[in-house]
Amino acid sequence: MSDTAAAAPAVDRNAARFAAASQWRLMWWSFRRHKLAMIGLFVTLAIYIVALAPDFFSVSDPIRQNARSVYHPPQIGLLHFFDEGSFRPHVYGMTLRRDPVTLAPTFVPDPSRKIYLGLFVQGYEYNLLGLFPVETHLFGPVDPRQNIYLFGADRLGRDVWSRIMAGAQISMSIGLVGVFMSLLIGIVLGGISGYYGGGIDFAIQRTIEFILALPQIPIWLALAAALPQNWPATYTYFMITVILSLVGWAQLARVVRGRFLSLRTEDFVVAARLDGASEMRIIFRQMLPSFMSHIVASVTLAIPAMILAETALSFLGLGLQPPVVSWGVLLREAQNVRSIATAPWLFAPGAAVVIAVLALNFLGDGLRDAADPYQK
Amino acid sequence: MLGFIVKRLMWMIPSLFVVSFLAFVLIQLPPGDYVTTYIATLAASNEIVDQTAAADLRARFGLDQPFIVQYAMWVTGIVTRGDFGLSFEWQQPVSGLIWERMAFTLLVTGSTLLLTWALAFPIGVYSAVRQYSIGDYFFTFLGFLGLAIPSFLLALVMMYIAVVEFGQEVGGLFSDRFVNAPWSWAKVEDLLKHLWVPVVILATNGTASLIRIMRANMLDELHRPYVTTARAKGLSEFRLLVKYPCRLAINPFISTIGWLLPNLISGALIVGVVLSLPTAGPLLLQALMAQDMYLAGAFILLMCGLTLIGTLISDILLALVDPRIRLE
Repeated sequence: MSDTAAAAPAVDRNAARFAAASQWRLMWWSFRRHKLAMIGLFVTLAIYIVALAPDFFSVSDPIRQNARSVYHPPQIGLLHFFDEGSFRPHVYGMTLRRDPVTLAPTFVPDPSRKIYLGLFVQGYEYNLLGLFPVETHLFGPVDPRQNIYLFGADRLGRDVWSRIMAGAQISMSIGLVGVFMSLLIGIVLGGISGYYGGGIDFAIQRTIEFILALPQIPIWLALAAALPQNWPATYTYFMITVILSLVGWAQLARVVRGRFLSLRTEDFVVAARLDGASEMRIIFRQMLPSFMSHIVASVTLAIPAMILAETALSFLGLGLQPPVVSWGVLLREAQNVRSIATAPWLFAPGAAVVIAVLALNFLGDGLRDAADPYQK
Repeated sequence: MLGFIVKRLMWMIPSLFVVSFLAFVLIQLPPGDYVTTYIATLAASNEIVDQTAAADLRARFGLDQPFIVQYAMWVTGIVTRGDFGLSFEWQQPVSGLIWERMAFTLLVTGSTLLLTWALAFPIGVYSAVRQYSIGDYFFTFLGFLGLAIPSFLLALVMMYIAVVEFGQEVGGLFSDRFVNAPWSWAKVEDLLKHLWVPVVILATNGTASLIRIMRANMLDELHRPYVTTARAKGLSEFRLLVKYPCRLAINPFISTIGWLLPNLISGALIVGVVLSLPTAGPLLLQALMAQDMYLAGAFILLMCGLTLIGTLISDILLALVDPRIRLE
């Protein structure tokens, strides 16, 4: 920075910078001040990166069963970074012992058996982004024949950490796709309602109020129960998103309508109309850009609701079905007291849900506050 | 005021009609009907049902009629005789199965609503009056957490803690010895001992969002000139708060019944399943899985009807509190 001139010109420069900045730049400046929202942004990005290539972040194949590691406890507490003074991350292996009387299996940490960990190690083969066959994983045991269970294993000996990674893909994408579909319905119906007003507006408004007054879960359950059990997983996945958006569009339509209503009488819209611009041009060139930011904020706040809904449906057994892995499906494993009492680490997918929902909520809150940078 | 109430009541008629139609469409959606399921069950145990027997069964349950006729029969039965049809799975009238369950659902959601208000009102006011204090941050954080934790997860965690730390199982609304016992003081006491678990779980979520609403409302009011005037006149801070801004800020609070109740009913369903409460949720889930359509339909109809009535009550209350609304 060379311009260390007097304070007054600097203020001027700031004001000039502010006046010349585009709307999106202003929003970014206002968003950046929001610390929690920035954290939310980074966590959300991180989760979506995991969702893009979950296998890269996995340690072992999420659907591979292993009879010798049933309810293997988490090894995260046995993680050590230094070995005899030098930096060599490793975990202690665990040995299966049986109680001599009850024959109940217990896992005991075995400090003599060290499993060394490395970055970018070779592991099971998978398709990166569904395109290239790859064997590299972000981290894992250096020796591919070793197994580690950072977050433990479930009742079939599958690695919980890897399953959470795999679940991120389904759970996070179902939120996005479901919100996208709700947004399509919401923009069309909310737009019609707010732009034309009158009788159509009245009818759509009553419909929205009606839908918002209904309890969502029973309706979702009834719709999901209508899906045939023997459908392929992709069909079910698609239909679940459709079902979620059938109920979820109402809130977004309301936001869109409100924006249309308030913008309809704005000077620049009236000016465009007087200039003889077509209705399509007014909507897409004049109105849509000016409330895009509000839509983005509402959409971000709608995603967590979708994620929670999918989790609840799958948890109750009427959403996605195993072998599909989503966070809700994983939490089904934790459904009864007996299994969570023996393996409390089965709650871990729940923590993933909470982190994702929190991050998206913070991000959405920050976006909503930044959405109108001309305020104040 | 009377005009407003009458007009609002008139709206209930088409709404209830649409809800009943919706419930019926929902239960008709699954491919096949109960007889198909029944035959499949019998076939699994190597019993073969011939076509005429299946047709007889369909005729007996009225399943061979066109959709709209079945709907008309169903609604007429409910309105005139309180007859919700027959539960195929339980082989008894639906009306005998649902009322006790709905009563417990109402009890759980009603208590939750009361607890939510009792918690959210003072905390919301406190957070607004002491904005950016440690307490405010604490409750805001708690609020975000409450919004992010699904209620069933909270129920599972509570169950886990109860089992591991206290060595007892939570779940149900009664202890074993009271489940089938006739009503007595001891049974009510036992009920209260169990009731708090689902109520606290369900209240977390609603309280979190209500606190944020109350805080925002209060913040809008606190800097109005009338507050400054009242303070300048020497009114004590507490009386001032209760007398003016609280009364204005409570408006949107009342309207929350409208959207809180649907959420509560939804939440109560899942928590009911997890904690195996004798509420509507577990039975509805079971009925949906078994395609026991009249039973499922009755629950969906009653749950939706309940939330519509909740919205009605909140609208009327709002009009009572705020004259601007009823004159609109």
